[in-house]
Amino acid sequence: MKQKRSISILGPGKVSVAININGKSCRALIEPCVTLLDAMREFWGLTGAKRVCDRATCGACTVLVNGKREYSCSLLAIDLQDGEVTTIESLGGNGQLDPVQQAFVDNDALQCGFCTAGFVMSCKGFLTEVANPTHEDILKGMSGNLCRCGTYAGIQKAVAQAASTTGSKAQRERGKARVSARAKARLT
Amino acid sequence: MSQYDWPTAAQRRLIGKEISRVDGPAKVSGKAAYTYDMNLPGMLYARVVRCPHAHAKVKSIDTGAAEKIAGFKAAYVIQGPGTEIFWAGDDIVAVAATDEHAAEMAARAVKVQYTILPFLVLDSNPQPPPSLAGYRKPMDPETVGNVTQGFAQSDVVIEGDYGVPVITHCCLESHGSVVAWTQDSLQVHISTQGVSGIAGQLSQALKFPQNKIQVLTQFVGGGYGAKLAADRWGLAAAQLSRRAGGAPVKLMLDRHAEQEVGGCRPSAYAHIKVGAKGDGTLMAWQSQSWSTGGLGGGSEPPLPYLFQIPNQQRQHTQIVNNIGSARSMRGPHHPQACLLTMGALDDLAAKLKMDPVQLLLKNTNLLTARADTYKQELAVADRLMQWSKRWKPRGTMSSGTVRQGLGVSMHAWPGKAHNFQCGLTINPDGSVLIKAGTQDVGTGTRTVIAVIAAETLGLSPGEINVVIGDNTYPTSAASGGSGTAGGAGAAVRRASIDALAQLFQKVAPALNSTPDQLQIGENVVTVRGGTASLTWRQACAKLGTQPLTVRGANPGPGALVDSGACGVQMADVSVDTGTGVVRINKLVAVQDCGLVIDSKTTTSQVYGCLIMGIGYSLYEEKVMDQNLGRMLNPNMEFYRLCGIGDIGELVVHLMSGPGYDERGIIGCGEPAVISPGAAISNAVANAIGVRVSQLPLTPDKVLAALGRIDS
Repeated sequence: MKQKRSISILGPGKVSVAININGKSCRALIEPCVTLLDAMREFWGLTGAKRVCDRATCGACTVLVNGKREYSCSLLAIDLQDGEVTTIESLGGNGQLDPVQQAFVDNDALQCGFCTAGFVMSCKGFLTEVANPTHEDILKGMSGNLCRCGTYAGIQKAVAQAASTTGSKAQRERGKARVSARAKARLT
Repeated sequence: MSQYDWPTAAQRRLIGKEISRVDGPAKVSGKAAYTYDMNLPGMLYARVVRCPHAHAKVKSIDTGAAEKIAGFKAAYVIQGPGTEIFWAGDDIVAVAATDEHAAEMAARAVKVQYTILPFLVLDSNPQPPPSLAGYRKPMDPETVGNVTQGFAQSDVVIEGDYGVPVITHCCLESHGSVVAWTQDSLQVHISTQGVSGIAGQLSQALKFPQNKIQVLTQFVGGGYGAKLAADRWGLAAAQLSRRAGGAPVKLMLDRHAEQEVGGCRPSAYAHIKVGAKGDGTLMAWQSQSWSTGGLGGGSEPPLPYLFQIPNQQRQHTQIVNNIGSARSMRGPHHPQACLLTMGALDDLAAKLKMDPVQLLLKNTNLLTARADTYKQELAVADRLMQWSKRWKPRGTMSSGTVRQGLGVSMHAWPGKAHNFQCGLTINPDGSVLIKAGTQDVGTGTRTVIAVIAAETLGLSPGEINVVIGDNTYPTSAASGGSGTAGGAGAAVRRASIDALAQLFQKVAPALNSTPDQLQIGENVVTVRGGTASLTWRQACAKLGTQPLTVRGANPGPGALVDSGACGVQMADVSVDTGTGVVRINKLVAVQDCGLVIDSKTTTSQVYGCLIMGIGYSLYEEKVMDQNLGRMLNPNMEFYRLCGIGDIGELVVHLMSGPGYDERGIIGCGEPAVISPGAAISNAVANAIGVRVSQLPLTPDKVLAALGRIDS
């Protein structure tokens, strides 16, 4: 978001946006004030991310933007048109869970489940930031998400399990994210 | 006649083991569809115009400008001119439009005029200003024994003030529904804890036949007691749909409304005097308590908690104020009563120069039930916390700026199984389907059902298809009072036993045996003492083309459930006397809950209680402003929930095995949320040498108690 870019005036009224989400180009005609979260949920059927606090406090809307954790409730959809968005819907597949998802199930790191997708995505992002986290790293690194049912004990264990099962993979992804960021910097 | 009981410990293949919840994969992949996720064709979005005043009369409503907003579809006046409004945030007008933005614009364009009336939103002072005297409803004092004599016979007497403010449920999925009301049907997706009860409420209020109302709730994003009713906004969604020609209308509360009006746990405050003999024998109790639950006032918490002190005098005052109505919240009234009582007893122990655990043990004869269980639990907690080795008198545990302290508390909760019905079908292909008009609020209802059916039928939990969340399925009670696991568990066990008996009738001839000689093993039906057997699938194929369906219910035959769970908790905290910040080092929860069905999800319930407990002990308060008449923190930045780094080390020990298992299922969703407030408050007092009289134990209150700042 800190990259320099030219400023264009969009609106008033609906504008056309196209965002790369989970490798697919998602398009819609939307008001410029619509957030990434609302656009994903309303237009593209991506309802895993939730609107809870609506003010970047609770993390239930967490997605990855260019591999980095972001609160999708606090980003405008029109600002994401040159980014790559990754949501919970991209994880796992073919009846298999991603190791992070599996770790959440194994450690019962969820109850009502409303915060869970956000926590899983936050964990995905966290493990690319810190490959072999200590307990203290987990407490700090996962503090951007809130749960009301009180599943933190399970989440602490789940993140540790996910870190141990995806350690080398996380490092690879982190490397990839850096390369991708450099590539982007050259392009702009 | 079948025998309805639980398998013995040796027979249990699944019950009591650590089993991952069956709907976990749906939740971790974002596929679990909550009410909020419903996105139906032609769906309209609703917004509610809310009263900005704590007490007012609606003078006039003008929706003219709103109707001109592009996308506007319908408006419904919830509370019209002349209506007296008793709290800020109450529903006045609902509007529906083609998208959320248009709905918001339309709501802003609605003009409502009010006559503002006097109001009270505070509750911490039992004596409101004279102009608001009517807000105070003193109740008659209640007396047990002779309190004057009781205090005269006491060697030590303490007096103190204790309190816990109003907190909110803060469900992450706000209240709301998606409703489509046509001439022929009323289809309702609603975030509720009571799938089977909503249709009746809607039918009565909307005067629409109940047999045409379908209520659907696959997943609920938290309830904690706040989601038991259709609510005014649920009715408004239906009315908007009707006015918009039957289009589905989505009406979810926004975060501000959810915090302000979606949930409120009553406060409780008391001035308490307790007396005891020098050996700790409790002699007398006197309390002047008050509480608020909004317009309905606040009923008296059960004081003194747990201990039937021989001489008592209690007087309670209800504060009727304008903060939004109270809703039951996880262990209603108990956390408040526990804090008030266990805080006072801890102060008494300090004055007696007694270990508070010893004071509790000294008075176990005054407990109304389960004294022996409490003694065992205190011993287990002592071991897990190393209490006896580590505890030192108040203010002497450690020195320096950061002080450590230990606190103890205990609690009880009925956890009585509620009414539950289910339909269980065994199909000729061997698949099993269980239907129930219940809900899974995150406690693991689906998992409990699957585990018990699988245990009884010799299958694995994944092989049981559990479908719930639909009021057209067999009726079950709302999830409240920790009754669902017991109700569901007992009903499903009975249904499974009956279904098996009927299956045995069908397959006995094929095994050249009689039904009473057959038994179930893992995926196999065998003859007792014989060698003949059929696999589960082969046995089910004997049903021919006709599936076998039975109904299970609770209550019913056999002793499968019980009530009366008790628990003990100990807290280890550190208090920074320079900043006033309290940190949890460790919490130990020892909990009795009868027969554990799934130790993984049961333990999660206790963890969840401890974490919610840390939240209301240290951070949570619905902060009201008497000038504005409004909540000052209707968001999640300043209504602070417990975070992942705030919980310290949590140790959960479930009392199970001989002496516990044979009681059957006792609900465990609530009891452990009762004690954290008292245990943590007592630990803080032990650490810093003085009582911080009110929760939450925020830095300002800690520093004021230490005399570092003015209170």
